[in-house]
Amino acid sequence: MALTGLDIYKKLPQKNCGECGVPTCLAFAMKLAMGKAQLDACPYVSEETKAELSEASAPPIRLVTIGVGDKALKIGEEAVLFRHEKTFYHQPGFAVLVDDGMSESEIGEKLAQLKSSQFERVGQFLRADLVAVKSSSNDSAKFVELVKKAMGTEFPLVLITDNSEMMKAALSVCAKTKPLIYAANEGNFEQMAALAKEENCPLAVAAKDLNILSELVEKVTAQGIKDIVLDPGSRNIKDSLRDATFIRRAALKKKFKPLGYPIITFPCEMYDDPYMEAVAAGVGIMKYAGIIVLSDLEAWKALPLYVLRQNIYTDPQKPMQVEEGIYPIGEPDEDSPVLLTTNFSLTYFTVSGEVEASKIPSWICIMDVEGLSVLTAWGAGKFVPESIGPFMKRCGITDKVKHRKLIIPGCVAQISGELEEELPDWKIEVGPREAGDIPAYLKSRSA
Amino acid sequence: MAFQAPVDTYQGKIREVVVGKEGNQVAVGGETTLPFHFFEGEMPKKPIIAMEVYDVAPDNWSSVVLEPFKDVLNDPVAWAKKCQDEYGAEMISLRLISTDPNGENRDSAKAAETVKAVIEAVSIPICIYGSGNIEKDGELLKKVAEVAEGHKVILGPSQEDNYKQITAAAIGYKHNVSGLSPIDVNMAKQLNILMTQLGLDADHLVMDPSGAALGYGLEYVYSIMERLRLAALQQNDEMTQMPMFCDFGREVWKAKEAKTEDEPSWGDPEKRGILWEFMTAASMLIAGGDILVMRHPEAVKLTKKLIDELMG
Repeated sequence: MALTGLDIYKKLPQKNCGECGVPTCLAFAMKLAMGKAQLDACPYVSEETKAELSEASAPPIRLVTIGVGDKALKIGEEAVLFRHEKTFYHQPGFAVLVDDGMSESEIGEKLAQLKSSQFERVGQFLRADLVAVKSSSNDSAKFVELVKKAMGTEFPLVLITDNSEMMKAALSVCAKTKPLIYAANEGNFEQMAALAKEENCPLAVAAKDLNILSELVEKVTAQGIKDIVLDPGSRNIKDSLRDATFIRRAALKKKFKPLGYPIITFPCEMYDDPYMEAVAAGVGIMKYAGIIVLSDLEAWKALPLYVLRQNIYTDPQKPMQVEEGIYPIGEPDEDSPVLLTTNFSLTYFTVSGEVEASKIPSWICIMDVEGLSVLTAWGAGKFVPESIGPFMKRCGITDKVKHRKLIIPGCVAQISGELEEELPDWKIEVGPREAGDIPAYLKSRSA
Repeated sequence: MAFQAPVDTYQGKIREVVVGKEGNQVAVGGETTLPFHFFEGEMPKKPIIAMEVYDVAPDNWSSVVLEPFKDVLNDPVAWAKKCQDEYGAEMISLRLISTDPNGENRDSAKAAETVKAVIEAVSIPICIYGSGNIEKDGELLKKVAEVAEGHKVILGPSQEDNYKQITAAAIGYKHNVSGLSPIDVNMAKQLNILMTQLGLDADHLVMDPSGAALGYGLEYVYSIMERLRLAALQQNDEMTQMPMFCDFGREVWKAKEAKTEDEPSWGDPEKRGILWEFMTAASMLIAGGDILVMRHPEAVKLTKKLIDELMG
């Protein structure tokens, strides 16, 4: 069992120097016990103590890396059950499944989707992360052939076969790329663990329930395996939700080491209906999956999944922001209305959606106020005439329109006078308080 | 070290709210655990789906979601019947869009006639939302409450600035109320306190924590719902124990990813739109939604299938 904060405290230098960023050694010990601090932050602790405490200070869910280089996927090291408690840190990786029983053209199509289904959205680049290479042929040569082809994508791999000889053959061509070995089960764990150890690759452990899974993990860790990914065997949404909840709780609340690893889930094996498969993946995003294996990445299916992942893994402590600048809605021209608001992404989305709904092409000037909403930014002194004035001058809107009429949000009507002083060329118009009233406002204004 | 299932116990319970006229009533809520956590509590009622019906033909729906209703757009009665009989709606969400003072500004009494016609035409329960205009809704929902007497509808949205009129109307004619708060736990709770202080039975309330679509603020609503549900169950906070009403269909179909048809790199527009709504519905279910207000029949069908899967 993990050590308590007091156990750890006894082993610390007890200098209360504060150099670790926490005022006292006791507070630091408590943080270590909760997995919320790293022992390395203490400059005075001895190497001996470090080794002794490493288990206690290890995060309750291990960080596992699959692949190498830029495209390596890091999963695990999560600290909470609900995103509002802090945040979710490591986004789950999406894998597309190819099988050596598939036709050439099908394989080619799926691998091509890794590139074709990539999107840019609110300043982030959205894409899949892995190729899951499965052998149903039981023919080593075919499997190796497919592995080589998948390596051509440069995405990290998940190798899927129960046969340790086949796995060995596949690893002989790709072990350097640190693929995930899927999977050690009750029948083959000794051989699979030996391969994982020899090649220094992460190992997935699969079982049909959490009892067996826990025992198996203990057996492979006894063989020296550290980087593990869990497959609890559930193959429908309801059971997956239960198992993922148990695994996350056991790791975080009970400090139960055998389940302190990220989870792999297989929506591709759950439902034939592509919508149901996509939503099973969606539930995986919300509830604790680390790797989500999909049967394909067609754009209509991939885009909503990537966006859901983006939403759920947004840090709730940091408001999401859009970039400062001028956003054209519709096809505005030099006579189109100019609206001003802040760069809180929800503000931007709401305002741009309503402007779009008005069907009146317009320019929206988005000012960087560190992602605060209009009223909060005004309250914080960031959305005030002294800062709006310079922004309006630098943003370049004067090159886009020949008029000088600026619509400001209704809830900051009080700044209009002072803003006119800052921007003597401009006439300030007070828009509606609520975004929902923008269409009516713009329509009446243009009438 | 043997694995022991880490089950939690909860002190609180979600209230059961009954909607619909005698003989055709549906109850929602009653959960004693987090959404679909059957391993540690009960979820006696399954979440239900309300389908949107407008009292005037909508002018801004995308073609993907207009198509299934194209023969009934100008007839709210036929529209509601189609949702009930062909599309498997479990509730009708009737929106009196025509009453918006910034639009047609239809007279409340006239709008109430539509309500009367619709509630008499269908047997499933109804939820009636005004246009969202604070002043007009107050006056409108009073009329609606009167003509809908005996049907135990859900009236909304009741907001900070008009809850008094709407709550009074609901008490007078024995209806339920949906309280709309702006993605904020404390304001949701405060509104429940204010409405119950006026004498509305807490079992006649649902919470609308604001609707959001995938990609457009979904994560805020999702987390607010998780927090409300945890407050209700773990802390036994009575003023958060109302079922949750998720009004996202209209938000989904505003999203450009759901409605854009000329963006080939985003894939099939019809499937994408349907999945956008279905995925949003799934996240609302996982966050604790009890009533889902939706638009596309295909997304409705899929969501019902998902609910069956989750209820097992």
